[in-house]
Amino acid sequence: MNSWRFFVPLAIFAAFLGVAAWQLTQPKDEFVHSAMVGKPIPAFAMRPATSDRPGLKLADLKDGKPKLLNIWASWCVPCAAEAPQLAALKAQGAPIVGVAIRDRPEDVAAFLARYGNPFDRIGADDLSELQLAIGSSGVPETFVVDGQGVIRYQHIGDIRKSHVPILLEKLAEAGE
Amino acid sequence: MIAELGLAALWLAAALAALQLVAGGLAARQEDSELALLARPAAVVQGALCLFSFAMLVWLFARTDLSVKLVAMNSHSMKPMVFKLAGSWGNHEGSMLLWVTVMSAAGALIGFLERRLPERTMQATLAAQGFVALGFYAFLLFSSNPFERLPVPALEGNGLNPLLQDIGLAFHPPTLYLGYVGLSVAFSFVVGALLTRSVTPDFARAMRPWVLGAWIFLTIGITAGSYWAYYELGWGGWWFWDPVENASLMPWLAATALLHSASVLAARDALRTWTVMLGVVAFSMSMIGTFLVRSGILTSVHAFAVDPERGAFILALLMIYIGGALAVFGFRAGTVAEGERFALVSREGALVINNVMLSAILGVVLLGTLYPLLTEAVGVRVSVGPPYFDPAGAIFTLPMLLVMAAGPLLRWRRDRLERVKAPLIAAGLVALAVLVGVLAFAGPGVLPLLGLALGAGLAVASLLPLRGRKLTRLPLATWGMVVAHFGIAVALIGMASDSAFSEERLAALKIGDSAEIGSWRVTLAAVSPVAGPNWNAIEGVMLASYSGGIPVRLAPQARSFWTPPQETTESALETRWNGQLYAVLGKAADGERWQVRLWWKPFVTLIWFGGLLIAFGGVLALLGRLAQDLRRRTIARKGAARRAELSA
Repeated sequence: MNSWRFFVPLAIFAAFLGVAAWQLTQPKDEFVHSAMVGKPIPAFAMRPATSDRPGLKLADLKDGKPKLLNIWASWCVPCAAEAPQLAALKAQGAPIVGVAIRDRPEDVAAFLARYGNPFDRIGADDLSELQLAIGSSGVPETFVVDGQGVIRYQHIGDIRKSHVPILLEKLAEAGE
Repeated sequence: MIAELGLAALWLAAALAALQLVAGGLAARQEDSELALLARPAAVVQGALCLFSFAMLVWLFARTDLSVKLVAMNSHSMKPMVFKLAGSWGNHEGSMLLWVTVMSAAGALIGFLERRLPERTMQATLAAQGFVALGFYAFLLFSSNPFERLPVPALEGNGLNPLLQDIGLAFHPPTLYLGYVGLSVAFSFVVGALLTRSVTPDFARAMRPWVLGAWIFLTIGITAGSYWAYYELGWGGWWFWDPVENASLMPWLAATALLHSASVLAARDALRTWTVMLGVVAFSMSMIGTFLVRSGILTSVHAFAVDPERGAFILALLMIYIGGALAVFGFRAGTVAEGERFALVSREGALVINNVMLSAILGVVLLGTLYPLLTEAVGVRVSVGPPYFDPAGAIFTLPMLLVMAAGPLLRWRRDRLERVKAPLIAAGLVALAVLVGVLAFAGPGVLPLLGLALGAGLAVASLLPLRGRKLTRLPLATWGMVVAHFGIAVALIGMASDSAFSEERLAALKIGDSAEIGSWRVTLAAVSPVAGPNWNAIEGVMLASYSGGIPVRLAPQARSFWTPPQETTESALETRWNGQLYAVLGKAADGERWQVRLWWKPFVTLIWFGGLLIAFGGVLALLGRLAQDLRRRTIARKGAARRAELSA
């Protein structure tokens, strides 16, 4: 007496397998994207993170020119890895401002001396306030901000060589 | 050498699992073969080898051997020793090795001890166990080798996820694992019994201690996990319906149903198909949970070791084991006759209703967990949260609690409701009194109100089986049931009280300022930096006094770890008999003020106290069953000796 109802669990399970297998083949977005993309950055003002560059405040981002806003820290290993790409971006005319997260002035200075300094301004975010306010979840992260202080694009993780043209393109779009 | 020894032992253990599969499989096919006799010894040696392999991994972590990739990725020489050791299972590869270790140790134990079942069924069970273990060995050896060496040893380790550097969490996964793996043993019993067509009360009795053990560990694991999430994540809640949480809740629900249905089978030889079905479902739930957590197809706040390739591997294992078992079930369930009949109003009847309700809740949770997957298939991204789970779960929980109150009072096979009317009315009156009392006192929402009333009624009803019995002569298993049911009532009261009466306060305080919440007055005394072994933090010192009493010191922290860089919130808790004060230090609001988040949660601790009571009830029942078993064996042995004496 092989009743068909004893196969119902198997059928349900097969359907689950199908959906799960299909899902597995879908590309996944692993990153937490900021809900702030497309929105203006809230007001802030930060002291300089190092003695040879000025600090950063909202007005600096609202000067009409689009910029890259790089969130980094001297204690962050991928931040050192992305330094050559930041230098390349700088060399191709991208204005870059930095935000140093939970850092000490002497460490910042040592990092910049070692890996180069592509930043026009560096603000010190001692309590991750700006970082949280713009929806960044870690270091490094890079935002494209337009001339009115509106976030136009978010790049999560270190910048690789292949990302440089994308960032330049987004920067150009932000200036239009 | 240590790593190589561990790996070699793992390969050998895998080979023995294959032997176990073949030997036991022959027995299942009813072929008389000497090879079948190897199933038991193979299981025992496999267990020993696997245990040895796991010990080698722990040793590597204790020495922080950075030439081993897993150690370099997950440990750090600066870590405190206990977290180094915990690091051996606080990652994907290590936890998989722990899984298979526990599983093969359980197999060894069965091979060594279990004598109740017909030998054939026993060997088929061991074959099923070998088969399941083999899949996990293959997973470890081909896709997640924990002993892999680095070409060049690392200079320093990567550390362990700081969220996991908590003594509670270090031991939370192994606890849950013991539960999951215990269910895999129950699964093997079910497959063995199906294959040899021997779904009998003896089978239920043999399987029951394993289900009970698994269920106890799951209960403790869920309770501890909930408390950990509550104090570590800093959001003041204790359950989030997160996929990872649901992954542990679903096997628990299935195991609870299985436990009750196995009891019916053991005592009355009824519910055979149900029991077998639930045995398959319970293990399926732990596998599906593992798959959801590891494959990354669902987004969760604390999913770990996310990797589609591994997901594909686990999915293949799921397909083979669960699909295979369900197919065997489909073909064989018809041959497992339903067994003894019973009236609806009877102990069995109540247990069937409880089973159906538990299965329905399981369905609700499973559907809610998988729903985002299903909608994503048609291109819609949604998340299902408490607005779905709370009411949908409550629809089935409320009738289940009512049956839970009445069921233990009913007799087996046939009973009359009039016989148990009086005590139930008493319990109902208690519930009503609480309802009226709370309504008069405050006006919380419908669900918490019902929860409080039902919790009070159930607390009384769960003690009713003790009425009129000689307490010293009551079987331990009955005590276990009473304590576990009482624990459910206690946890329920805690949950309802938390959602009905919690107060929350967000304040921006200057040093010296105070905020009031409930009967508490909390003063921010100081904010200062502190340093730990591998983190630094900002610590707020708060002085909290209850109704103007002597202030107690609270010190919540915002910690930053540097390997790997991550921030965690260390909330501070002050526990009183009537609730908990929960404090979190937030960001600096403006130059001189700090954000402080406070909760006063009356009777919230009852949630976890209830959870522990439930687990303790399980322990009592397990001890009772084991003692009963031992007695039965002694009587059988004495009887046999007596018969031999008489015939001589």
